[in-house]
Amino acid sequence: MGKLIKLRRGKDIKLEGETSLEMAPAQSIRNYAIKPTDFNGIVPKILVKPGDEVKAGTPLFHSKKNAEILFCSPVSGEIADVVRGDRRLVLEVRILADAVNKYESFPKENPSSLGREQILERLKQSGCWPLIRQRPFNIIADPQDEPKSIFISSFDTAPLAPDYNYILKDQAVEFQTGLNALVKLTAGKVYLNLKKGANNCDAFAKANGVETFEFEGPHPAGNVGIQIHHIDPINKGDVVWVVNPQDVAVIGRLFIEGRYINEKLIALAGSEVKNRKYHKVFSGASIETLVQNNISESKNRFISGNVLTGTQIEQAGYLGFYDNVVTVIPEGDHYEFMGWLIPSYPRPSVSKTFPYYLTPDKKFKVNTNFHGEERAFVMTGEYDKVLPMDVLPVPLLKAILAADFDNMESLGIYEVVEEDLALCEFVCTSKINAQKILRDGLDMLMREG
Amino acid sequence: MKFLRKTLDKVKPTFSEGGKLSFLQSTFEAIETFLFVPNHTTHGGTHIRDGIDLKRTMITVVLALVPCLVWGIFNVGYQHFLSLGQTGSFFSVQNFLFGLEKVFPIIIVSYVSGLTVEFMFAQIRRHSVNEGFLVTGILIPLIMPPDVPLWMVSMSTIFAVVVGKEIFGGTGMNFLNPALTARVFLFFAYPTKISGDLVWVAEKADGYSGATNLSLASTGGQSAMINTDWQMFMGYEMGSIGETSVLMCLIGAAILIVTGIGSWRIMITAVIGALVMGYILNLVGAGPFAEVEPYKHLLMGGFMFGAVFMATDPVSAAQTQTGKLWYGFFIGIFCVFVRVINPAYPEGMMLAILLMNVFAPLIDYFVIESNKKKRLKRAKI
Repeated sequence: MGKLIKLRRGKDIKLEGETSLEMAPAQSIRNYAIKPTDFNGIVPKILVKPGDEVKAGTPLFHSKKNAEILFCSPVSGEIADVVRGDRRLVLEVRILADAVNKYESFPKENPSSLGREQILERLKQSGCWPLIRQRPFNIIADPQDEPKSIFISSFDTAPLAPDYNYILKDQAVEFQTGLNALVKLTAGKVYLNLKKGANNCDAFAKANGVETFEFEGPHPAGNVGIQIHHIDPINKGDVVWVVNPQDVAVIGRLFIEGRYINEKLIALAGSEVKNRKYHKVFSGASIETLVQNNISESKNRFISGNVLTGTQIEQAGYLGFYDNVVTVIPEGDHYEFMGWLIPSYPRPSVSKTFPYYLTPDKKFKVNTNFHGEERAFVMTGEYDKVLPMDVLPVPLLKAILAADFDNMESLGIYEVVEEDLALCEFVCTSKINAQKILRDGLDMLMREG
Repeated sequence: MKFLRKTLDKVKPTFSEGGKLSFLQSTFEAIETFLFVPNHTTHGGTHIRDGIDLKRTMITVVLALVPCLVWGIFNVGYQHFLSLGQTGSFFSVQNFLFGLEKVFPIIIVSYVSGLTVEFMFAQIRRHSVNEGFLVTGILIPLIMPPDVPLWMVSMSTIFAVVVGKEIFGGTGMNFLNPALTARVFLFFAYPTKISGDLVWVAEKADGYSGATNLSLASTGGQSAMINTDWQMFMGYEMGSIGETSVLMCLIGAAILIVTGIGSWRIMITAVIGALVMGYILNLVGAGPFAEVEPYKHLLMGGFMFGAVFMATDPVSAAQTQTGKLWYGFFIGIFCVFVRVINPAYPEGMMLAILLMNVFAPLIDYFVIESNKKKRLKRAKI
């Protein structure tokens, strides 16, 4: 095992509604959608129209800036609709799936015997390319770049996160093949970061050709951005690529089977779900079938992703491209009499003004109430306690609010992405939208920097 | 509670945009959100939020101030009757009633004048009323002499809220501690009402010496002080209403530190700073006050109250964790320095904190620069 890195700062938010490590029976899902809004900074050029027949691996749209980056259908079927929002912004490309999947075929090859260019080519044409994201900016990697390293975090410490050791327990071959392809993409190293004390599945424990590090500590220790900061920090001008472990297996399958099989196990979690298990679905699946007759009667919020960084979707909404968990929690749109003084129900908090820190293992049933109103920055040192990086989050956010490019850079904006500041946003007494401010800052820098 | 909620919902349109009383919108909102946490849900960012908010934070500080306040009420009575030559027990009904009669009006005046200004500014600026004054409103009475005229309390409070806070944009934007701004206003505008030997006992009997330990020590050194260490620690001494008892300040400090609301970094380094400066002055030995044993500076006057409740105001203090260490340390240093090395007035805590309020951004600047430099250095390698 690799070197151990211990992190102290952070916080594990313990919530009711963990997913049990079991598979749910297979369900047939007919509705799928790919959402261009899942991809930061991508303006789509739509290549299909309603009624077109597509196969799994047929391009649906590409990036206007770079026609090489293709976004492909995860299933075969008929284009049902192209949904547009304000100013004709494309929100969803919907697909009505066939009962049996037909695939575009790509060559079956061993990535170890291919060159970098050939691997790049395969990933781009098959629709696998968007699985690879880059830091800084948290956008899809640019195939023209050569990253200084590639990072994979084998664990997720967010609340109600999926367990990749369970998800990948039977996919060691696919995962290793994916790694073999990634290794060719960088002259530097590919890092696979493990959780200290975890019972790692074969895919992780026997991974070859990669550098491993072990991490110990509370959330956000599993965030790949935190891990990069401690292993090989990003300086101005550096590019680092990151891939989710489940997506590494998708890349592996492309080379083994010659097909774009973006099929994954997702966790169904949250206190409002009755039967919480793992579901095998294709990317972009509608969650309607999964939650049907499986949730409480209350008014619920459906989140593609976890409660800190996920996206709110409808009950009949679609799984986000990068998400591996669907969380359902109750809405909190109710008044609470003197709730700031005498809370009427337990709620997660890092503040010791609540007595809950005396029972650290308590699991909370959490809702979406704002618990207060937005204010100017007043309390100090709160963010620092939950961000295990040598970055000063509040000065950085203030530099962004002032559109001060020099200070943004020198305070380390390239090292953080939204998910790293999610916990800061959660703990904030003044209820500041830290993730949104950071995203605005990153967009500003991309546009003008 | 349902009845209350229904009533609020019923009158809400009157106070909303377009309603008859829309000029009181901020005031209504302040009262509504005080009674009920709003039904707002998260939108766009994290889907869940921590239970803490500014109201809960501020009420915790108020709670931490209660021991000082209660002690102060008894002590105002106790000192009064002591000056008349009556030495009864400290926790007597007589002391309490006399103290309450003196202190309660000051609290009411402070809250009413301050909140009026806050509500007016909130309405004119169309933002919601900030919770900061919950604490400022109780801090101001605690740092006033017991005999201060009420109109002065009102005036200094209004000055503090307007000039100390609102012209910069309200809580979170101010750079001076608002409560100390009120006190420093009185200090320079009406010096005879807030310093000297006449103001520290309410309705003092003529002929009774009203000199505090600080002023005695400043002229006569350690041997001139009238109270023992134990008396000063407990707080059986003259002074501003809430600051005399070191023990009560320590109880408050414990509440602030355990709940994580107040910065232990600032409190501890302030104590260290005061001791260090005390020792240095002992070594130099410039006059009787300089030779006072360093630990006595922690017991005298408003040092402990200032270190626990004033210096730790998160808005006007240094904001970086490293910066807080230096900020507290220099407050300690300057407090003792101002006390000893100035001929006019014996207390230095207020001016030390205000001085460091002004320098806090500079301290933060150096901390932030050093963070930037580390990053820059790494980039070159």
